[in-house]
Amino acid sequence: MRSSRSLSGVKLGTYYVVHIPEPDDFDFWRERARGLIQCDVPPDRIAWVEPGGSGDLFAHGKRRMPVPPKDGPPVRANRRFVSLARNAALHSDPERFALLYRLLWRLQANPRIMEDKADLDVRKLEELDKNVRRDSHKMHAFVRFRLVEDEEGAEHYVAWFEPDHHILRANAGFFMRRFSNMRWSILTPRGSLHWDGETVAEGPPADRSDAPSGDPTEDLWRSYYASIFNPARLKIGAMLKEMPKKYWKNMPEAALIPDLVAGAQKRESAMVEKGTLEFEERPEALAAIDKAIHACCKCPIGQLDNHAVMGEGPQDAALMIVGEQPGDQEDQQGRPFVGPAGQLLDTHLEKVGIDRRAAYVTNTVKHFKYVQRGKRRIHQSPGAKEIDTCRWWIESERAIVQPKLILAMGASAARGMLGKTVSITKVRGEPIALEDGSELWVTAHPSYLLRLDGPAREEQARLFDTDLAAVKERLEELAG
Amino acid sequence: MASQTILQKLEILADAAKYDASCASSGTAKKNSVGGKGIGSTEGMGICHAYAPDGRCISLLKILLTNHCVFDCHYCVNRKSSNVARARFTPQEVVDLTLAFYRRNYIEGLFLSSGIVKSSNHTMEQIVEVARILREEHDFRGYIHLKTIPEADAEIVHQAGLYADRVSINVELPTDSGLTRLAPDKDARQIEGAMGKVKADLVEAKDARKRFHHAPRFAPAGQSTQMIVGADAASDADIVGKASRLYDNFRLRRVYYSAFSPIPDASAVLPLKRPPLIREHRLYQSDWLMRFYGYKPTEVMQATEADGNLPLDIDPKLAWALKFREQFPLDVNCASREQLLRVPGLGVKAVNKIVASRRHRNLRLDDVALLTQSITKVRPFICTVDWRPITLTDRADLRSLLAPKTEQLELFAA
Repeated sequence: MRSSRSLSGVKLGTYYVVHIPEPDDFDFWRERARGLIQCDVPPDRIAWVEPGGSGDLFAHGKRRMPVPPKDGPPVRANRRFVSLARNAALHSDPERFALLYRLLWRLQANPRIMEDKADLDVRKLEELDKNVRRDSHKMHAFVRFRLVEDEEGAEHYVAWFEPDHHILRANAGFFMRRFSNMRWSILTPRGSLHWDGETVAEGPPADRSDAPSGDPTEDLWRSYYASIFNPARLKIGAMLKEMPKKYWKNMPEAALIPDLVAGAQKRESAMVEKGTLEFEERPEALAAIDKAIHACCKCPIGQLDNHAVMGEGPQDAALMIVGEQPGDQEDQQGRPFVGPAGQLLDTHLEKVGIDRRAAYVTNTVKHFKYVQRGKRRIHQSPGAKEIDTCRWWIESERAIVQPKLILAMGASAARGMLGKTVSITKVRGEPIALEDGSELWVTAHPSYLLRLDGPAREEQARLFDTDLAAVKERLEELAG
Repeated sequence: MASQTILQKLEILADAAKYDASCASSGTAKKNSVGGKGIGSTEGMGICHAYAPDGRCISLLKILLTNHCVFDCHYCVNRKSSNVARARFTPQEVVDLTLAFYRRNYIEGLFLSSGIVKSSNHTMEQIVEVARILREEHDFRGYIHLKTIPEADAEIVHQAGLYADRVSINVELPTDSGLTRLAPDKDARQIEGAMGKVKADLVEAKDARKRFHHAPRFAPAGQSTQMIVGADAASDADIVGKASRLYDNFRLRRVYYSAFSPIPDASAVLPLKRPPLIREHRLYQSDWLMRFYGYKPTEVMQATEADGNLPLDIDPKLAWALKFREQFPLDVNCASREQLLRVPGLGVKAVNKIVASRRHRNLRLDDVALLTQSITKVRPFICTVDWRPITLTDRADLRSLLAPKTEQLELFAA
């Protein structure tokens, strides 16, 4: 087909030199390329020269274009090629126009060549297109405007950016659509753009010193950048892949990166050093818990002058009785519920017929919290955080003893079981199903009874007995 | 409180927001500020304006309105019993910050969440107020993502959807028992109920727009959610199952996975080892397999190991292929697109290229190498005109041959 075409004006051995007026002038290239294809000029007979390019090498080449025949065949190019070529023309690769022409030439013989992704020219075109799209995308992302006020006090946002390719003009639309009601300028070494709210004006290449050097809002932005960074998960490679170092010099936040990274690495190693104190492996024997709680100072209570008090009772007990924390007596003797509250508990247990020796008796918080008043140590209730911290130990005990029923006495014990604070009066007397299949009953702490007098105490003692009796009944059912 | 500067508040409230993984600004309706009074545009593709050293993209101004909270969720740095500095922004302050950042091209928009103060409704109203000022008073046309509070009235949540591009409700934990244990104030059924309502609103708004051109848009970028990984005992199989149910039931755009991260002043109910970050990555990969590679949730679960977790040293697709070696090797010159998507090392783009190219030539191994990232990974599972893996596919040590070698990245090495 091709050989039958007329070769008007094209002599074998003739070279043509095409000067592209602007490095991103795709339309000019397209016009010239169309004419050259129609005149059947093969790719290796054309030199495409952009401004500042090495045109002199081709001094012997013709500058006058051949005249295409009037009835010349239409030049074929599919949509995929045109859209890729339009982008690839913006690339800074000096060979780009030659590549485009070569592919256009080959397209005339094989209109479906763009589908052949393993073809080297097609791959090269796709690569150029990808680079340009990436450069444009990074421009949308990394341009940083700085606010300046002109003589009349009007706001003007000015940015300095250094693109890799000839993408400035092609991206004017993006910034126009986004900041249409703002006066802005983007200065680059390849040219500049100015928007006044109505029209875009193009300016000559600029220098970094033409752009403003700072903006007070950058302090806010930097502090946001530092605060949103999570030092527990350093992934430097992922950051560098998307934000290569070459962009850093024009981004106000990037100056923080070395310190943020160094700080995170230091923090990480401090955590590793401290790691011996972190609860990681659950103890598998009561003796191991006993040993571990004596060394525990995860919360301030553990740092007071006191001893840890371990729970006691059979390891296969069906009933676990949980109190708040050891008191003064318990702390001294190292056993749970041996002080005044313990004695009161024993009385009531006996009254309803629960054998304390068959139950596993323990506390939700393992150390005695107190304030020193002269010679006396005055009991202090543990805080929610302290209970939550200590929950690890009571849960370890639960995992080993595996009681069928847990009796939690007082709000602290209830929180230790449930992870949230509940009202005793609302939840007492009814079983609460726990995740591990056991059930929880909540009642008041015996020390509460100790603080009451007269009819109030009688009433509370009665309620306490009722709860204990219900627990006893339920235990028998469960055993049954 | 009054003495706190904007800068101090920003530090506290950005720090408090950083455990939310979502930062997407893509997939919303196209809009721009031409002809409007303000600024802002969304053109389909999301833009990441910066990357932090944790590798996460910074696309939105992601802050809390306040980190005061009446809830006591153990994994959360802002829980009531946590001993962190507290701060509160007024809606106007958030608006001013958003606009100041947007004008300088630092961000695509705002992602606003909040601790719960006074009541759920009050909190939700404050969040909506920020969006209202941005949209109505400043004609802001950038991206807005609002976190909704499951306990708030449906009417206020609906209002949020009318201003926002995206709304989200975090399911937080993959299992109900985990939620009960770690977020005692939250209720799984309420969360799913709220997601269901948002879905109904989305469906209705979409339907209305088909019939009336000027019907108001409702959260055009849809709804998303987040699950915390590694804070409870849920296995990857549980998580994958939960995610796929959420995708099916609530038409979610995205499920985000956030590896539980040691937080300052941690609650001791979380005495766990922190999960390896790679686990989060493997979950995202399995999410992709379900959404773009045609794997069923049960098939992803087949890739898990005996403990129900995905292997950490290799990706889930390779793990699946190693378990089902009888399905390989596949001939790249005639296997279907669906089959090729199962070849480890071949992504959607590579498969599309193979399918397009093979109409023009019989692919050789070198051709495939040009179309893929790494031919070594692909080779044991494919045949080409000039390549057959013969025994390679069935080698017992194939896994170790293909598992990536670990290496340490040093940014500031001398």
